Amino acid sequence: MTYTIKTEKNEWEIVCGLEIHCQIISKSKIFSGASTEFGDDANVNVSFIDAGMPGMLPVLNKECVKQAVKTGLGLNAQINKHSVFSRKNYFYPDQPNGYQITQYEYPIVGKGAVKIDLSDGTSKEIGITRIHIEQDAAKSIHDLNPKKSYIDFNRAGVGLMEIVTEPDFRSPEEAGAFLRKLRSIVRYLGTCDGNMDEGSMRCDASISVRLKGEQKMRERAEVKNVNSVKFAMQAIENEAKRQVEIYEQGGTIEQQTRQFDQTTGQTKFLRLKEYADDYRYFPEPDLPPLYLTDEYIENIKKEMVELPDAKKDRFIKDYALTAYDADILTESRQTADFFEQAAKGHDGKKVANWILGDLFANLNANKLTLEQSPITPEMIGELVDLIAKNVISGKIAKDVFVYMWENPKMPSQIVEEKGLKQVTDTGAIEAVIDSVLAQNPDNVAAYKAGKVNLFGFFVGQVMKASKGAANPQMVNEILKKKLG
Amino acid sequence: MAIDNEMVKQVAFLARLKVEDDKIEETKDEFNKILNWIEQLKEVDTSDIMPLVSVNDSSIPMREDTITDGNVKEAVLKNAPMQEFGYFAVPKVVE
Repeated sequence: MTYTIKTEKNEWEIVCGLEIHCQIISKSKIFSGASTEFGDDANVNVSFIDAGMPGMLPVLNKECVKQAVKTGLGLNAQINKHSVFSRKNYFYPDQPNGYQITQYEYPIVGKGAVKIDLSDGTSKEIGITRIHIEQDAAKSIHDLNPKKSYIDFNRAGVGLMEIVTEPDFRSPEEAGAFLRKLRSIVRYLGTCDGNMDEGSMRCDASISVRLKGEQKMRERAEVKNVNSVKFAMQAIENEAKRQVEIYEQGGTIEQQTRQFDQTTGQTKFLRLKEYADDYRYFPEPDLPPLYLTDEYIENIKKEMVELPDAKKDRFIKDYALTAYDADILTESRQTADFFEQAAKGHDGKKVANWILGDLFANLNANKLTLEQSPITPEMIGELVDLIAKNVISGKIAKDVFVYMWENPKMPSQIVEEKGLKQVTDTGAIEAVIDSVLAQNPDNVAAYKAGKVNLFGFFVGQVMKASKGAANPQMVNEILKKKLG
Repeated sequence: MAIDNEMVKQVAFLARLKVEDDKIEETKDEFNKILNWIEQLKEVDTSDIMPLVSVNDSSIPMREDTITDGNVKEAVLKNAPMQEFGYFAVPKVVE
C-alpha cells in the first residue's frame, strides 16, 4: 500500500527506520550476579559492579549471549562468530562508570529480515541492520524533589538487545506491523517479554520525508522513547507531517533529537545532533572478544521453537484456516497452543470459529486473558464434535457454550444433564409435527391454499415444541412431506 | 590530523577535566606530539589484518545465569555523597 502525504503542491514519502531496545529475559544481569527482578525496593538488586565501584570487573552472562543469538536466528539474521564489546563514553548519573558497555563495530548479530503483513493483504520485508548487546542504565526519578534527581540502580546492568532496522518503513502502518511482529517473535522465543508500557521494550524512530520519486534521503529527526505501538505510529505520522509543513514553507530540517509527547501526540524538540555527545567508542579492555562456534549456534538452532510465520503457514495448510484467522491465532504462542490443543482430532476451521468468536468475545467482555479462561481447549473440541455428529444443533451449541462459561464442564456432560440432546428419531419428530399441525388447522389450510411462507411458522412451532432439540434439517424434510 | 585549541577544550569537556586557559597551548602541543608519533604506525600496511581489539585474544569467560550478588543496599549507598529514601541523590538532571 503506498502511503504518501499529499499537499496542494506535492506528494511526500516517509522514510523511517527503528531502533528497539529489548530487555533480555535472564535471572541475573548481563555483567553481574545481581537479580534482574523488576519492582523491588530501590538499589536492592545492585552489586558493586552495577554501582560502578572502583576495581570491579564485569563477567559476561552466558544466558544473555544465548538469548541474543536466539533472537538473531528468529529475525533470520547472520550470527557473527566474532563480536567485540566497546565502551560508549558519556557522563550521566544513570551510568556510574561514565561509560556504557555495548557493542559497536562488531555486533553479535548482523543483517537479517522480517516479513510483515499489511492490511491490504500484501507483505513486505523489513531489513534488520544488526543486533548488539549492552547494559541498561539506571532509572532516574525527577519528580520527587524540585532540586534533586533520585537514582535507582536496580535496572542498571540488566541485559539489553538493541535491534536496529534499515530505513525501510514507508508508512506508520508498516512500523506498527513490524513492532507487533517483533514483539510476537521475542515473546515466542522467550527472549524479551515485549511489554512496551513497562519499558522492557522501548522504541526510537528515525524519521525523514522526501518528495515521491526522490532517491536521496533528507535530514532526519530521531524521536526517542516511544512506549507503545500506537504511539510509535502516531509519532511517525505527526513528525513526518511537521517536516512536510516546514519544507513547504521553504524551511529546512536539521538533524535533531525529539521527544514524543503522549498527551498531544506531537513531537517536541530536545537537542540538535551537532551538539550530540561524542561517545569516543573504544574496545572494552575488561572483556576479551566473544567467539561463538558453529556447533554452539547449531545447538541453539535445534532449540528454536516454531515462529509465528511458520505456524501461520502451517495452520492455513493443516487446518484450512483463512490467512486472517491464522494471523490472529498465531500472534501469541499461548493462543496458538490453545487452538492446536482444541483442534487436535476435530474440525480445525470450526474450532477456530468458536475461539475467535464466542470465546474471545466472552474473554473480552469479562476482561480475562486466555490463561484465565474457564473454558478449556478440550471443551471447544468436544463441542465442535457434538455438532458434527448431530448430537446437538449449532443453535443449542451456543446455549451449551453459555452454560460452559458459567459452570465449566465438558459439553457432553452439560448436554446430558440438561437433556439437550438433539432428537434425530424420525418417529419422535413426526409425532411433534403431527401435534403442531393438529393444533393449527387454519394455518395448514392457508398453506395448502398457497400461503407457502407459513412454512417458517411451522418450523418455528415444531422447534419450540421440541425445546430446540429436534434436528432442524429433519424437521424441514418431514414437514415438507406432511404438508404435501 | 592536527589538534587546535578548540579541540583541546572539547576533549577536556568530554573528559570532565579542567584545563586552565594558560595551559591550553601547552596541552595542544603535547597532543600533537603524541598524534605525530602515532602517525608513524600508519606506515605499516594493515589492509588485510583484522583489528586486534585485545592482546588477550582467548574467548571471553562467561558465568552461569544465577543470582549470586546484590542485596547490599547499605554498602552500595555508603559512600554516596548524597542519599535519600534509599536512592542516590544528585543535582537535578532533566533532559
